[in-house]
Amino acid sequence: MTTTTRAAELDRLDPEARPAAPRRRRRDRGVDAVPWWLRLVVAVVALYFVLPTLFVIPMSFSSSTTFSFPPEGFSLDLYRNFFTDPVWLTSLRNSVFVAAVAATLATVVGTAAAVGLHHLTGRLAGLARTVLMISLVTPGIVVAVVVYISFLKWHLVGSFAGYVLAHAALGTPFVLVSVTSALSGFDPKLLRASASLGASPLRTFARVTMPLISRGIVTGAVFAFVTSFDEVVIALFLRSPTFQTLPVQMFNSVTFEVDPTIAATSSLVVTVVTVVCLLPLLLGSRGKKRQEP
Amino acid sequence: MTDLARSGPARTDPGGAASGRTGAAGRRPPRPHWLLLLPALALIGVVLLLPLAQSFLRSVGAPDLTDEHYRSLFTDGVTMRVLLRTAKTALLVTVIAFALGYPYAYVMTRVGPRMRAVLLVIVLVPFWTSVMARNFAWILILQRGGPVDQFFGLFGLDVVLYGTVTGVAIAMSQVLLPFMVLPLFSALSGIDRRLLLAARGLGSSPVVAFWKIYWPLSRAGVTAGLILVFTLSLGFYVTPALLGTPQESLIAQLLAQRTTQLLDFQGAGALGVLVLAVTLALVVWANRIGGTVSAIGVVATTGTKEQR
Repeated sequence: MTTTTRAAELDRLDPEARPAAPRRRRRDRGVDAVPWWLRLVVAVVALYFVLPTLFVIPMSFSSSTTFSFPPEGFSLDLYRNFFTDPVWLTSLRNSVFVAAVAATLATVVGTAAAVGLHHLTGRLAGLARTVLMISLVTPGIVVAVVVYISFLKWHLVGSFAGYVLAHAALGTPFVLVSVTSALSGFDPKLLRASASLGASPLRTFARVTMPLISRGIVTGAVFAFVTSFDEVVIALFLRSPTFQTLPVQMFNSVTFEVDPTIAATSSLVVTVVTVVCLLPLLLGSRGKKRQEP
Repeated sequence: MTDLARSGPARTDPGGAASGRTGAAGRRPPRPHWLLLLPALALIGVVLLLPLAQSFLRSVGAPDLTDEHYRSLFTDGVTMRVLLRTAKTALLVTVIAFALGYPYAYVMTRVGPRMRAVLLVIVLVPFWTSVMARNFAWILILQRGGPVDQFFGLFGLDVVLYGTVTGVAIAMSQVLLPFMVLPLFSALSGIDRRLLLAARGLGSSPVVAFWKIYWPLSRAGVTAGLILVFTLSLGFYVTPALLGTPQESLIAQLLAQRTTQLLDFQGAGALGVLVLAVTLALVVWANRIGGTVSAIGVVATTGTKEQR
């Protein structure tokens, strides 16, 4: 087997050397099929991704007061607990407020930074981008520990402001990434066009830039909200007897209290977040389908 | 600081106008664009960088410099043992994630676009299922008398993974698999499959064709994925705290314990700096090899692209 025959073989397989259609048909028909055992492996891995979390749903209808699985009996007691116990409800309210304010803050500063970085090039801009993204690669526990020690001195531990600041800092990179990706398809000529038609910069941003990158902004905001709503590690350090978020209460219910109400909470959170995350996907694909014909 | 951040939208606009002008007047970076970065830099700077700097300074005993806190990390007998255990757990997680992630990513490159979208959504499932819900589910599954124990009970085996390093590794792999699959998928989809067909046409067996051609071409993505998963698993706190045991604690638990229970802020600072340094070094290495600058950010971007 010499190199020349090999090159010839490669040449023959080159799509430009042959008509494309027959070759593609040949590839689809079995010569190069995905073997059945690989399909099986993928099915198992897919189950590994999805299945475990689903265990909380049958558990949430249990009438037992322990974590024993499979659940015993059928009742809505755990849901009733969740919606009547002030500890759970206060934690939920705190979480929603913190996440809403933190996501707003992260979206505003993240969008501004993404728009700014879009126009900047060079080493300094690259450095600024890296600095803003650093929380993505910093281990959560390290962030939690250093933030806790410093916030202790600044009297921010156990306060609404402390939670909001920490969570906004965590959410900013997600906004930055998604707005940057939205801006990559943005035509800068539109800004000049708008300015030449007499629009003020403020008007240009509100009427031209914003609508075009709105999807990126919304995606970033949703990510920032979910990141904050779901954040446990920093929240565990910043908690106080008077202020804690829902994930912290869930952590308590597993470690100190053995309170199966967490099954109902988990089911609710998983369902709501899944709907929020999947909705844009489904709407997006439907929109595409409508556009195509 | 909050005031600074709030003024974000007002500052956005001079930027928009200036870009119009720059476009006409040639490319010189104008000032307003740097102003747009200020709120974000101020937020990250005050909330993350300043505390990091303070902890670092405290760990070296500023103003008088000392390395005793770092030296005691290596000599106290506990830290190094826990660090070794953490590295072993991270290695186990990485092996599991690789063994499951490689075939998954490979098949993702081979199926049609619709199926690929479905597989991608499935990969992202662990991201939006709440951390606490996921860990609670793993407690249910791995506990004594749980489904795994019952399954092995059929064969007369007593397997309780709750409270073991293996159990922790299995639960951690689930959430870290996306960080393996996504870089692998981007590396594998860049491989020209005609090379494999050519090898087969020249008489090689499928295994040899895979080993001699496909595997070497995929190695950059593999290395990036391996380093990424290993690195991220070093910093896990909640999963080992809930599924493991205090006797077999990992580095994150040690760090938490030194901070909140022993109030040894200098020692915790030194340990934190060590963990951070190892992590950042590994991430930089992964970037250099795989070229995936922030594969973690990819998750957010994939979401956006999917939605468009």
